Amino acid sequence: MSNSQANSAVYVRDAMLPAEHPPAMETGIIKWLRENLFSGPLNTILTLVGLVAIYSVLSGILPWLFRSVWVANSLGECRSIITATFGEGATGACWAVIRERWTQFIFGFYPSHLYWRPVLAFLLLLAALAPVLFTHLPRKSLWFSILYPALGFWLLWGGTIWIPVVAMAGFALGWLALRVLQPIGGTILATIAAVVVPILWWLLLAGPVAQQLQAILPIGIEAVRSDKFGGFVLAFTIGITGIAFSLPMGIILALGRRSDMLLVKALCVGFIEFIRGVPLITLLFTASLLLNYFLPPGTNFDIILRVIIMVTLFSAAYIAEVIRGGLAALPRGQYEAADALGLDYWKAQRLIIMPQALKISIPGIVSSFIGLFKDTTLVIFVGLLDPLKGITDAVRASIEWKGIYWEPYIFVGGIFFLICFSMSRYSMYLERKLQREHR
Amino acid sequence: MSDPHAVTRKIDRSHMQVSDEVAIQISGMNKWYGAFHVLRDINMTVNRGERIVICGPSGSGKSTLIRCINRLEEHQKGQIVVDGIELTSDLKNIDKVRSEVGMVFQHFNLFPHLTILENCTLAPIWVRKVPKREAEETAMHFLEKVKIPEQAHKYPGQLSGGQQQRVAIARSLCMKPRIMLFDEPTSALDPEMIKEVLDTMIELAEEGMTMLCVTHEMGFAQAVANRVIFMDQGQIVEQNEPKEFFNNPQSDRTKLFLSQILGH
Ligand SMILES: Nc1ncnc2c1ncn2[C@@H]1O[C@H](COP(=O)(O)OP(=O)(O)O)[C@@H](O)[C@H]1O
Ligand SMILES: [Mg+2]
Repeated sequence: MSNSQANSAVYVRDAMLPAEHPPAMETGIIKWLRENLFSGPLNTILTLVGLVAIYSVLSGILPWLFRSVWVANSLGECRSIITATFGEGATGACWAVIRERWTQFIFGFYPSHLYWRPVLAFLLLLAALAPVLFTHLPRKSLWFSILYPALGFWLLWGGTIWIPVVAMAGFALGWLALRVLQPIGGTILATIAAVVVPILWWLLLAGPVAQQLQAILPIGIEAVRSDKFGGFVLAFTIGITGIAFSLPMGIILALGRRSDMLLVKALCVGFIEFIRGVPLITLLFTASLLLNYFLPPGTNFDIILRVIIMVTLFSAAYIAEVIRGGLAALPRGQYEAADALGLDYWKAQRLIIMPQALKISIPGIVSSFIGLFKDTTLVIFVGLLDPLKGITDAVRASIEWKGIYWEPYIFVGGIFFLICFSMSRYSMYLERKLQREHR
Repeated sequence: MSDPHAVTRKIDRSHMQVSDEVAIQISGMNKWYGAFHVLRDINMTVNRGERIVICGPSGSGKSTLIRCINRLEEHQKGQIVVDGIELTSDLKNIDKVRSEVGMVFQHFNLFPHLTILENCTLAPIWVRKVPKREAEETAMHFLEKVKIPEQAHKYPGQLSGGQQQRVAIARSLCMKPRIMLFDEPTSALDPEMIKEVLDTMIELAEEGMTMLCVTHEMGFAQAVANRVIFMDQGQIVEQNEPKEFFNNPQSDRTKLFLSQILGH
């Protein structure tokens, strides 16, 4: 071996040539452009058409944005500033309207001396959401998240503290019914009781009990009527509440739809198909008009609450279908293994089935949430002042801002985009995280 | 017997005594799937400490039979009594039986979103109400027994098939069951992993566990079974102690089956 090597190794280069830069045509931007944008006649034409389109859009928008006016008291003043600065015939954005009226976009007609309440409610909302969204935060703080709905309600609407307390007590009663009855009467009975008991409580007892408690121990803050709500406070109130309640309701509907019990199954299927079959606006009209006929006369059933209920039902039906897809994707072996280990129905669902089914359903669920949040703008049709049209129209109705068009929509649309985009990013974060954890 | 996985190790039979106490009693049991009669008039008694291997052609109802024993399937006629508890539609009895009977599946059925340790502690904590610390100690004990304690904090997807099946066995054992059911525990495994699972099962047998095992591992049957049951078309066709069963099968169907499975 060594012999043949010695004979054959005639010439070996010992000084390596330095690496040279590739020719300019093969590197960096030029290479990338050539490969991606100008690789053939068709591609080149499409690239040019695209460039023209982008140019025509930007050439309209950019100068308009560039000539923005931030400080002015009316649209007229805005226009004269633009004319004075950029010459006759120039157009520009008048953001002064946002600067002047941003409180209205955010708070609607909420009393200005109480602005701190929705702001505090929003900050506390972030604190309540944090442990739900990010599982590495301390689990103990979930207690705050559970109590938050009552606190948030109280801060927003004010009035006696006993109404939210009594309302929350309904959930506690339902949970208690489940826990007490399950060992005695079995899962089915306990589940039915857990649904019926809170409903009876809210319909029959909650009101009088709250009154009594208020009489005994009056605690309250200044009340704000629902017709003062508007703008993003309204959108958030409806959106967040809808999201928070439609997920559990969607889970229950999805489980009901897969149930062996024919009545439960029929009810759930009927409900889901009905809700999916009608437009949300129909439900909102029902909420604002028809319910008055069904409810006993004299009942004062808050319009925002009605809308929230309708939006929740609407979204829950869609979420139920998304989750049903997730449930169907789980192998039967998971149910069997849970059964074989002696886990009862609810424990199997909570510990084994739902964590996996929800993980599969995350993209669909978040899409439903995003849809729900955007649909909150439809409440304009029942006379509530949503930020997009309700408040914008109110602003435009004033003499100062009559005739303003794009700016409020861009502003409100931008905020909606930020929120919906965050939800979408969060869902991707969650998917990746769960992927990593469970491989 | 030309079995590639023939059990070569020496078996310790000191604990493998069968008591007179009845663990499972099945009498006159029938089951239908719609019009299809899957199980026909099944009668069998399993004593405590007995190890039974059930074999038979695919579709003969073996899985259905052992799944009736922990009520994963419901029977329509006859009686099944497990540990003195009769299986009826009474949910409480079903839960009681299920917590006494462990089951190992062909496809492991581990919970992929939980770690190995969490897989093992879940049922003890939530069904038996064992404190978490204690459940973890028990789980580590059984994971050591199936020789994979070092995998405790991994997820099932990170383990090989053989390791997953051993975890599945450990998970069942953590409930301290008195009876173990196995449904073809090695048939989804690559050949080189079959032995590690069989060894675990043999160890379990040596400790006197009552076992019902659907398997075609005839080496295993010969090494540990007290009785081999042959099923065909929903019936128990023949049962005998292993030596007799293999050397002197009675019915033609058994002979045919044995000749196919042993490759004669
Ligand atoms: N859920 C079911 N519905 C209808 N038929 C079934 C169902 N499960 C099993 N069967 C049928 O019952 C028979 C017995 O099945 P199985 O007990 O799984 O057989 P084995 O385990 O012996 O292969 C098969 O013919 C199978 O097709
Ligand atoms: Mg089978």
